[in-house]
Amino acid sequence: MKIVINVTVNQKNYELAVEPNMTLVDMLREELRLTGTKKGCGLGECGACTILLDGQPVSSCVMLAVEAHNRKIVTIEGLETEKGLHPIQQAFVEKGAIQCGFCTSGMVLSAKALLDDHPHPDEQDIRKAISGNLCRCTGYQKIVEAVQSVSEGEQTS
Amino acid sequence: MTQYHTINSRAPRIDAPDKASGKAQFIDDLNMSDQLHGAILQSPLAHARIVKIDTSRARKLPGVKAVVTAEDAGLVQYGVSPARYDETLFCHDKVRYIGDEIAAVAAVDRETALAAVSLIDVEYEELPLLLSVEEAMKEGAPLIHEDYPGNICAEVHQEFGDVEAALAECDIVRTDTFMNKMQNCAFLEPQGCIGHYDHRGYLTLYSSTQTPHYVQRTVAMTLKMPIGKVRVVKPYVGGGFGAKASANAMEMVACLLSMKTGKPVKMVFTREQVFLQARGRHKFVHTLTTGAKKDGTVVALKHNCILEGGAYASFGIATVYYAGSLLGGPYKLQHMKYDAYRVYTNKPACGAQRGHGGVIARAAWEQQLDVIAEELGMDPVEFRFKNMMNNGDTSCNDLYMSSFGMRECVEAVRDKSGWERKRGTLPRGKGIGMACGFFVSGAGFPIYRSETFHCTATVKLSEDGGAAHLYTASAEIGQGSDTTFAMITAEALGVPLNAVKVSSGDTDFGVDLGAYSSRQTLMTGFAVKHAAEDAKRQVLEVLADKLRISVSDIDVKDGTVIFKGPGITFRTIRNRYRKEHRGWTDMPDDAPLSFAEAARLAFIVKGTVIGQGEYRPRWLGGKFKGAAVGTSPAYGCSAQVVELRVDMETGQITIDNMTDAHDCGFAINRTSVEGQMQGSLLMGLGEALFEEVKFDQKGRMLNPNFGEYKIPTALDMPNVTPIIVESNEPYGPYGAKEVGEGAIMPTIPAILNALYDATGIRFHELPLTPERVYKAIKEKQCEAKAERGRK
Repeated sequence: MKIVINVTVNQKNYELAVEPNMTLVDMLREELRLTGTKKGCGLGECGACTILLDGQPVSSCVMLAVEAHNRKIVTIEGLETEKGLHPIQQAFVEKGAIQCGFCTSGMVLSAKALLDDHPHPDEQDIRKAISGNLCRCTGYQKIVEAVQSVSEGEQTS
Repeated sequence: MTQYHTINSRAPRIDAPDKASGKAQFIDDLNMSDQLHGAILQSPLAHARIVKIDTSRARKLPGVKAVVTAEDAGLVQYGVSPARYDETLFCHDKVRYIGDEIAAVAAVDRETALAAVSLIDVEYEELPLLLSVEEAMKEGAPLIHEDYPGNICAEVHQEFGDVEAALAECDIVRTDTFMNKMQNCAFLEPQGCIGHYDHRGYLTLYSSTQTPHYVQRTVAMTLKMPIGKVRVVKPYVGGGFGAKASANAMEMVACLLSMKTGKPVKMVFTREQVFLQARGRHKFVHTLTTGAKKDGTVVALKHNCILEGGAYASFGIATVYYAGSLLGGPYKLQHMKYDAYRVYTNKPACGAQRGHGGVIARAAWEQQLDVIAEELGMDPVEFRFKNMMNNGDTSCNDLYMSSFGMRECVEAVRDKSGWERKRGTLPRGKGIGMACGFFVSGAGFPIYRSETFHCTATVKLSEDGGAAHLYTASAEIGQGSDTTFAMITAEALGVPLNAVKVSSGDTDFGVDLGAYSSRQTLMTGFAVKHAAEDAKRQVLEVLADKLRISVSDIDVKDGTVIFKGPGITFRTIRNRYRKEHRGWTDMPDDAPLSFAEAARLAFIVKGTVIGQGEYRPRWLGGKFKGAAVGTSPAYGCSAQVVELRVDMETGQITIDNMTDAHDCGFAINRTSVEGQMQGSLLMGLGEALFEEVKFDQKGRMLNPNFGEYKIPTALDMPNVTPIIVESNEPYGPYGAKEVGEGAIMPTIPAILNALYDATGIRFHELPLTPERVYKAIKEKQCEAKAERGRK
């Protein structure tokens, strides 16, 4: 039997009836068609499905949709405004931090959670913050540089 | 030097904004309104005869639309190389590894499809398991494939020069054996696809593939369709690294199920299925005997190799050749003998992975060369200078170095890393090591023997003249090829980058063999450059005719027409353009004549301007058997210095610094070249330190997930100092050649050589886990203690 939940996603309120075993990532991707959140492993190991839950980065593939009841979620689609890309997104574009792009959504959100708490992290802080987000393409260096450039105010938008 | 307006810059990737904002669509993000979901029954046993398959219970489950087995699919054999077609869409007589496909279901949703799969009853008769090459090669071992005696999938025997005679004359001869473990490409996006057979009998397959062209051919062949009715479309792909470079069973199953049901059928692998599909790096055992003269000249190499291939050939016939041929460079070597066997076992098939075939051979040899240098009392850098090939050299196995910046690479890493200052001075537990690399810039021949063009490209100008649309069937899989080709189009046409739009990865756009063997920048880039130049020529011809001047007196740069002579008036052309574009916002005024105006004129005169380009390698050397694997229009080379730390109490290795130089001929996009280098080094680091696919005694994979199959995180990977070396390849577009795979070559041996510097121990088995390193350190300490005791 489906369960009704109230959830805020990207500042929009939803009332949804979901199966009790539906994962949060499936709810976002299949019910809300927010496919920017990726599924890389389904086991909470790769970080591609990272979203912000009340500001904290979590793997949405190992959380049930019903656990998101009365909570606030931000997905990658929630970062862009009418003014354009979020400074972190813009930095990823400019610094060459994106190759295949499959880890990018999760990576950007982990970076956002870090910068929201610590606007001026050092390199090691950045590496720790994104260490749950696997990337097989970039070697991480340009991602770290992108996050650094935001913290150093190189990016404005 | 030529001044370029677009290429050789750090232009941001054209796909980056879509990827940064979550809008880029990968296969699992695509859905069709009436799609069904497929699921595959995979074998739970590693080797067994199929006695009976009963699908009746599955068929009765409500929501099931089709159930298919080998009876429906037929027994057309397929694979990668026509010389080794050893797979059928479904197993019919026996299963050969845990994961082998037996049947498939299409149903209204994923859950129903999975439930139906669990209702298919298969009766098996278990067969003896062959889980190592030793078991598989044993006299009288059961055969995994009846057609391959001794379980030998492929063997190679090549000799260039006279190795035995040469070794007899050497002052130093050394033999070492080296091995790695089976690896997984471990891209982030699991394979997925949607097969759609429409009412007119056309089949469209959307798939996360590196090679739409080969998938198109394989699907057409196995499902007995005309190639012209099969279209393969590649959405954004989340990395491939080799495992997505050939057709997989899921792609054909989705198409077959769609043909049975008349509806689109979608399937996506779980991470475990990605591991079972495998097709990544083989397990290699290399035995190398190298002979050198006292002055440091390397003269001869005798090389034996055994590859554990798993249950099917996949790319293996190419892998087994590459594992030998790629040691033909980057050193001058007069005598080389290579004997190798690729052996079937009851494990998932191995195939191609970044640095195809050459990575472990390179690791083994570069470490051995370091040992020889030390025995001769030579610095490893000097030793390599002494032996390296130069521009214009041809290797003993007929590989021609049309451009070769090897010396520049070694000098660059030596100087940037502080090699001379650090070498021999680091404390115990810290080490510095170096190694070189070498790789093809595109396979000289297609996987199937053919006279086909390797790529075609089309540049179509918009009717208003303001935009150029590049159509190519090449595969953007994350490496940045769409951006590279947009930049080449912009440069060759003479327009700004933002005036170029790219459509790629669709077999309807032409022929392109795809993203493998580090081929696209050189090969597709060549075709794209020609297509853009063709379009430009057509525009300039019309313009020259109108102005009654010669085409050679006009050029285009960054969107502007440049007249080489004085006094050219284009007022009539501008007035015509202004007149018919009344009300437009971008009207040219006092500015020089724009390319858009000229292109509009060309459209008015002759209709749509379409430039065409194509590429096929020139005749490449080598008449011996197997010469097709290793010959390439050009070769990339690289050098690397690694600095690391070893915790002598735990065996834990930390990589502190990597300095990497790569000769990519010419960097079309400097940021992308660095990205390929940094990504290659990450993969090499993972393979060196911890990556290993493990099995139990039943052939079950023990770690088909990222929790237990470890790939490097941001905390494992240090910063890399990337150095781009540009040797200007004469056969590449603007001088460009490969970087995507060759860059991985020096990483593992540089780590091995640095580890020796830190510990005084040579390791001959990967990965360099803390257990392996700790044990070796303790053994060495015990030996030293015993030695002291004897004294």
